[in-house]
Amino acid sequence: MKEFGYERVFDVPAAVALLDADPDARCLGGGTNLVDLMKTGVERPARLVDVRELPLGEIELTPDGGLRIGATVTNSDLAAHPDVRRRYPMLAQAVLAGASGQLRNMATVGGNLLQRTRCGYFTDLAKPCNKRTPGSGCPAIEGEHHNAAILGASAHCVAVHPSDMGVALAALDAVVAYETADGPGELALAEFYVPVGETPHVETALPPGALITAVILPPAPVAALSRYRKVRERASYAFAIGSVAAALDVRDGAVHEVRLAFGAVASRPWRAREAERVLTGGPATAEAFAAAADAELAAAETLPHNGYKVTLMRNLVVAVLTELAEEAAR
Amino acid sequence: MSTTTTAGPVTGTVGASYTRVEGLEKVTGAARYAGDVPAAELAHGWLVLSTVARGRIRSVESDPVRGMPGVLAVLHHGNAPRVDGNYIGMLGRPDPIVEVFQHDRVPFVGWPVALVVAETTEQAREAAEALVVRYDEEPHDVAFSAGHAGIYTPDGDGMLVEKGDLAAELAASVHVVDAEYTTPEEHHGTMEPHAAMARWDGGRLEVVDSNQGSMWVAQELAKLFSLDPASVRVRSEHIGGAFGSKGVRVHQILAVMAATVLDRPVRVVMTRRQMFSLVGYRSPTAQRVRLGADADGRLRALDHQAHSLTSTVHEFVEASAGFGRPMYAADAHRSVNRVVRLDVPTPTFMRAPGEAPGSFALESALDELAERCGMDPIALRARNEPDVGPVSGLPFGSRNLLACFDEGARRFGWADRDPRPGVRREGRWLLGTGTAAATFPVIVAPSTAAVTAEADGTFTVRIGASDVGTGARTALTLLAAEALDVAGERVHVRIGDSDFGPAAISGGSMGTRSWGWAVTAAGRDLREQLALGGDIPPQGITVRSDTSAAVGSLTQKERHSFGAQFAEVAVDVTTGEVRVRRMLGVFAAGRIVNPLTARSQFVGGMIWGLSMALHEEAIRDQATGGHVGADLAGYHFAANADVPLIEADWVDDPDADDPVGIKGIGEIGIVGAAAAVANAVWHATGVRHRHLPIRPDRVLSAGAPAEGDGDA
Repeated sequence: MKEFGYERVFDVPAAVALLDADPDARCLGGGTNLVDLMKTGVERPARLVDVRELPLGEIELTPDGGLRIGATVTNSDLAAHPDVRRRYPMLAQAVLAGASGQLRNMATVGGNLLQRTRCGYFTDLAKPCNKRTPGSGCPAIEGEHHNAAILGASAHCVAVHPSDMGVALAALDAVVAYETADGPGELALAEFYVPVGETPHVETALPPGALITAVILPPAPVAALSRYRKVRERASYAFAIGSVAAALDVRDGAVHEVRLAFGAVASRPWRAREAERVLTGGPATAEAFAAAADAELAAAETLPHNGYKVTLMRNLVVAVLTELAEEAAR
Repeated sequence: MSTTTTAGPVTGTVGASYTRVEGLEKVTGAARYAGDVPAAELAHGWLVLSTVARGRIRSVESDPVRGMPGVLAVLHHGNAPRVDGNYIGMLGRPDPIVEVFQHDRVPFVGWPVALVVAETTEQAREAAEALVVRYDEEPHDVAFSAGHAGIYTPDGDGMLVEKGDLAAELAASVHVVDAEYTTPEEHHGTMEPHAAMARWDGGRLEVVDSNQGSMWVAQELAKLFSLDPASVRVRSEHIGGAFGSKGVRVHQILAVMAATVLDRPVRVVMTRRQMFSLVGYRSPTAQRVRLGADADGRLRALDHQAHSLTSTVHEFVEASAGFGRPMYAADAHRSVNRVVRLDVPTPTFMRAPGEAPGSFALESALDELAERCGMDPIALRARNEPDVGPVSGLPFGSRNLLACFDEGARRFGWADRDPRPGVRREGRWLLGTGTAAATFPVIVAPSTAAVTAEADGTFTVRIGASDVGTGARTALTLLAAEALDVAGERVHVRIGDSDFGPAAISGGSMGTRSWGWAVTAAGRDLREQLALGGDIPPQGITVRSDTSAAVGSLTQKERHSFGAQFAEVAVDVTTGEVRVRRMLGVFAAGRIVNPLTARSQFVGGMIWGLSMALHEEAIRDQATGGHVGADLAGYHFAANADVPLIEADWVDDPDADDPVGIKGIGEIGIVGAAAAVANAVWHATGVRHRHLPIRPDRVLSAGAPAEGDGDA
């Protein structure tokens, strides 16, 4: 096996110092994705910095009424937290829609943000993959791509982001806080993940050597009525082939505020801003929901075997928003 | 969750539930599997597989690797010991992959090209991954279809069977169904990977393995390495699933090669990814079924054409077309199996080979015919119930298919079923129910057994059986106890050792029938001897049996198990999600030895069928010729959340003329299950799904059925 260094850290400055000193170091949270990838040789970090003992395991209310979720909070604790369940139900639902109980007990919020795609070409060293080996090509475009991206992909990569949690975070305008040797920084989730373009191996805008310390949720009263719905090829323990995170505030039959994000359609959680724009101020009807979905999906580019996702996402948007509108009317 | 009504109290007699005798060992981790058995001086081999689909090995650059820490040897075609694969084994001529490392040809992605042996598995793996192998690549073809130019009808029994004038009967039919069905490449996915340790011990080759027949593997190893058969011993104590994949495989052969070269024990364990190309799989199938019937549903014509693939090095045929031969009376029968050679690994027997995909096609087609005739699907099957073998003309041993349907229909609530499709809604879900018939042949093979009355009052049974996880050891304990007329606790069954003599393999659902016959015969003889009285000497009293003559004198009959499968599904056509809500299988499978483990086998088979209907599919990348997602994250089978209430039960199925009465239950549970699910999806949505698995994208893309044709 390839040997690697391992150090457990107990405070943030120590972690940042290690990460800053070694560009090939990686943070080890729950290890539910990184360790798998190390076993198969897809990831070969020179050093693991075990961050689980960092004092980042709390979920705190922020002064403005939002939540600050520590980077090492486990998925299980996140989904079970009363404030998350009450104020951001879509987030709790998204987390619970992913993985299994055992994995959620291990997986951390910071690690969840940084998990890698499950594209079958990326995880197989015997095959080309631009994300794994830049310049080697993307065989998925001509090959197996049932679960490939329909939005924001490029000729260099059509892989989708696997996170459920990230979809809810995208809808909630989450902000990722990090620490570097030069000091702290923040990235809105919309800027945290970068477009695929010609560099699919570059996935985030995190500066080199940065340690994710927290995810900050701004207050979002609209999210009190919200939903995450995931479609997959079996009832559990599978990644999405399409998912929707939605929040809806209907006043006098009109959409006062709406949040909408898609999963499994792009290299990153996809905030459906065009659909939100079309919906806001308009009627809360199935027709309007469908028109909004169509507006968002007008930009979709499909391959021979993933065109169904356009229909799936349209249907999901209509179903989830209709459900929320009916609930709001009660 | 699953239940059965016939699991009786846990006692010690045949027909009553009995807990698995090695259960405690297994759940406490005390049971040792082939990869766990310790050995002094053990070295570890790691396989290196080809990354090209066709070509020649130009070079294996082993020099840099031999200097890596712990590396003991790098075996490949340039230096491996010679073996001789030119022999006839139990299943005929072996797959030429047994002649591993004997030449430089590469016939598929995943062909073994080297074995790195080192002091630890980690060192072996590190070196194996560092090993550079260069190839001269040739163009490959892995694209399977029924229309492939290379399709041919193989020689051999059962490939083409015809009776009557098919064209005339089709022309005279009022209703004709003519439809094509496909099933994808499917994998065994045993929980325990293939593993073997080989060592030489006092001039004897000893192999600790996980297999479906230790004597089988021992005999083939002896032939391959030109050894005296008596000098090879293969043991296989516990087996974590086999399903047809655990026969003679390269891990045993390479362990023997390496142990011979290094003169120390060597273990070879496959990785999950390696298993996808090295242990066989179920070929994809493309099947065309034509049914012609009178207005009242009586079948005039049954035509089943099944296509599958094999490798370029060995012919294995997934004989799906034979499913209907014993099932339905029709004036004309034609069934033909065809195959095409592609640059892929050789497929093999996988749980209900032929019957599993064949039943999906034919039992779906019958549902379509019932719709055309305006008949209940069960009534259609009853109308075509044969008196004798529809093709063979032979009498049936016992045939209780209709009893299965009667009991199943009663318990499932079939009588209340509205036959119209697409009319039941519950929220976003459309609901439907479906049914299908099942059958599997009853096979038996000669076996030998030895039963010893020990001086301490216990009994020891020795038989070359294998318990692949089914509960065979427990069933044999019960049968021995019955024959000896003693409590099961006094009987110790020892299996999985080629030194115990010839016995049937665990395959073809024939294990318990074949072994049970031999154990019962020896047990009865021993009981008669003991009845004469006298002391038992310290070495005990041993009686041996050999069922060769008895098996040979069985009368020619149509011997089969039968079953009726029922499924209820919910389908959301806006998302493509299909969820099975409940399944019921009622089987006529002869005498049930241990209801507790029998129920598990039936239910397990039905879950396989559910999984086949909705989830399982190995994807082959046309460009590289290899798999995409060759692991259990990429190859989906049903998760617990997909498995709802599943009930399995059985009806009385005596055959007065059969000396054993046990039919075997390992495979019939999967047969027909996928068709029952697919038929239920049609009943829910009005759309026929003829291509498995019924994935969300297929349901979404199917849309609404066209008038008069439910083609998906």
